[in-house]
Amino acid sequence: MIIHHPTLGPRDSAEFVYLGDASLINRPDPTAETKAQDFHDYAYLRDNPAGPIRELWFHEGGDRSWLVVTRDTTTHEITAVEFARDVARKQGRSV
Amino acid sequence: MRYSGLKVIKEALTGHKGWTPAWRDPEPKPSYDFVIIGGGGHGLATAYYLSKIYGERSVAVIEKGWIGGGNVGRNTTIIRSNYLLDGNEPFYEFSLKLWEGLEQDFNYNAMISQRGIMNLIHSDAQRDAFIRRGNAMILNGADAELLDEDQIRAEYPFLNFNDARFPIKGGLAQRRGGTVRHDAVAWGYARGADSNGVDIIQNCEVTGFRIENGTCLGVETSKGFIGAGKVAACVAGSSGRLMAKAGMRLPIESHVLQAFVSEGLKPVLPGVITFGAGHFYVSQSDKGGLVFGGDLDGYNSYAQRGNLPVVEDVCEGGMAIMPMIGRARLLRMWGGIMDMSMDGSPIIDRTHIDGLYFNGGWCYGGFKATPASGYTYAHLLAKDEPHPTATAYRFDRFEKGRMIDEKGMGNQPNLH
Ligand SMILES: Cc1cc2nc3c(=O)[nH]c(=O)nc-3n(C[C@H](O)[C@H](O)[C@H](O)COP(=O)(O)OP(=O)(O)OC[C@H]3O[C@@H](n4cnc5c(N)ncnc54)[C@H](O)[C@@H]3O)c2cc1C
Repeated sequence: MIIHHPTLGPRDSAEFVYLGDASLINRPDPTAETKAQDFHDYAYLRDNPAGPIRELWFHEGGDRSWLVVTRDTTTHEITAVEFARDVARKQGRSV
Repeated sequence: MRYSGLKVIKEALTGHKGWTPAWRDPEPKPSYDFVIIGGGGHGLATAYYLSKIYGERSVAVIEKGWIGGGNVGRNTTIIRSNYLLDGNEPFYEFSLKLWEGLEQDFNYNAMISQRGIMNLIHSDAQRDAFIRRGNAMILNGADAELLDEDQIRAEYPFLNFNDARFPIKGGLAQRRGGTVRHDAVAWGYARGADSNGVDIIQNCEVTGFRIENGTCLGVETSKGFIGAGKVAACVAGSSGRLMAKAGMRLPIESHVLQAFVSEGLKPVLPGVITFGAGHFYVSQSDKGGLVFGGDLDGYNSYAQRGNLPVVEDVCEGGMAIMPMIGRARLLRMWGGIMDMSMDGSPIIDRTHIDGLYFNGGWCYGGFKATPASGYTYAHLLAKDEPHPTATAYRFDRFEKGRMIDEKGMGNQPNLH
């Protein structure tokens, strides 16, 4: 698989480390009433879809950036690559 | 029909006209006491033990394709019970004991071959860890044997003992481990279950669950609604997809694992060997092909095929311990979809929906578990309480902090 890095261009996926579903950006609020349940769901439960999924890849063998890759789990086709920080910023999670 | 040597001779002399299909091909009834989703090894074994041990007669197995076309027909057929942790080892040893009596039990030749499995040791620290694991195995009634370099040399003289980076220093052997003809396991269980009255319904996909007031009443399928007293999900790599239809999110990700077979060779490998410093394992099939594999590709996938970096990694592992493998040509390679759980161990449990049960999270090691998985799942379905060897395989272990994490990797499915 080739991942089209936003600044470095086409890179072999073997340069990356895979973390999983991009929902991991959305760390729950540790002060919420439901925090125990929220953190359990966050840490252990996954949607695991057959089809498009947004997921976190870390460019360990490159510029060490975190990316959000949109990829189809039934074909391995990659349709979008973004910096995770941009995604997080858009959601108001990072400065 | 019972199979026997006498029957084979009789049929040989009478033109093989007396063989009948090994199982029926029934249309689904409107409802059953038990509907098992998934005609892989585990689903068929569950139906077999449910009918044979627990005496249930109203049982159906619903399979979306043909039975045995999933992971039970795609794995590298290794059986063993060499686990460390208390939640696992009694279960896998129970499974190995069931394997030992299986062919007589279900009257089918599954070519169970206890040719032994050898985990190679490459460092002093690894020897310590393997001694600990061997002791845990022995404490749980399994067999384990620690071998030094000379003993391994006597059995496997061709290994690369003096590799500069990963010299072979010894091994942990389990002599009762080995290989099985995987397709025959599906067929043997199917035939046994069918002869006890279980309906095996192929080419019938479960497309949804009928759930009212927190109770599961049956399944919607491509052949219409089928009512059920209890619905038992057992679909391995499709677990996430299936349970999403019941509104459940699971502690599971689906990943692809590849396997490889070389051209047929004369007998060179008497048993199963695993590389202890990288991820590579190999055995030789009865047809002569070297059957080998290694790591997951490492990303979520339902594609049943992998990519080249892992092919390279697996072949490097092979070259590191067994350089002669470089002369063999690769004949076939394929992938299967693994239900990788958050701690690398399976789940056999009720769900929060009454009448809906779940079996999954087998990762890359569920073939060896087939008999015990079927037996203990049947126990849970029939008695509504876990079998004594499977009490740890609960959904709530993540919440309670009781993970069964053999490798100590944490909640990262692609590292187990
Ligand atoms: C390459 C590879 C190597 C492996 N090597 C080993 C090994 O050496 N040792 C070991 O112990 N394990 C090994 N495994 C793991 C083992 O194969 C699996 O853990 C085990 O087979 C899973 O259980 P099963 O046989 O019931 O799964 P499957 O055979 O996959 O059965 C699940 C069935 O459910 C059906 N299904 C799915 N969705 C639906 C639906 N909606 N409706 C109806 N039916 C449905 C599927 O069609 C399938 O037939 C390996 C796996 C792979 C892929």
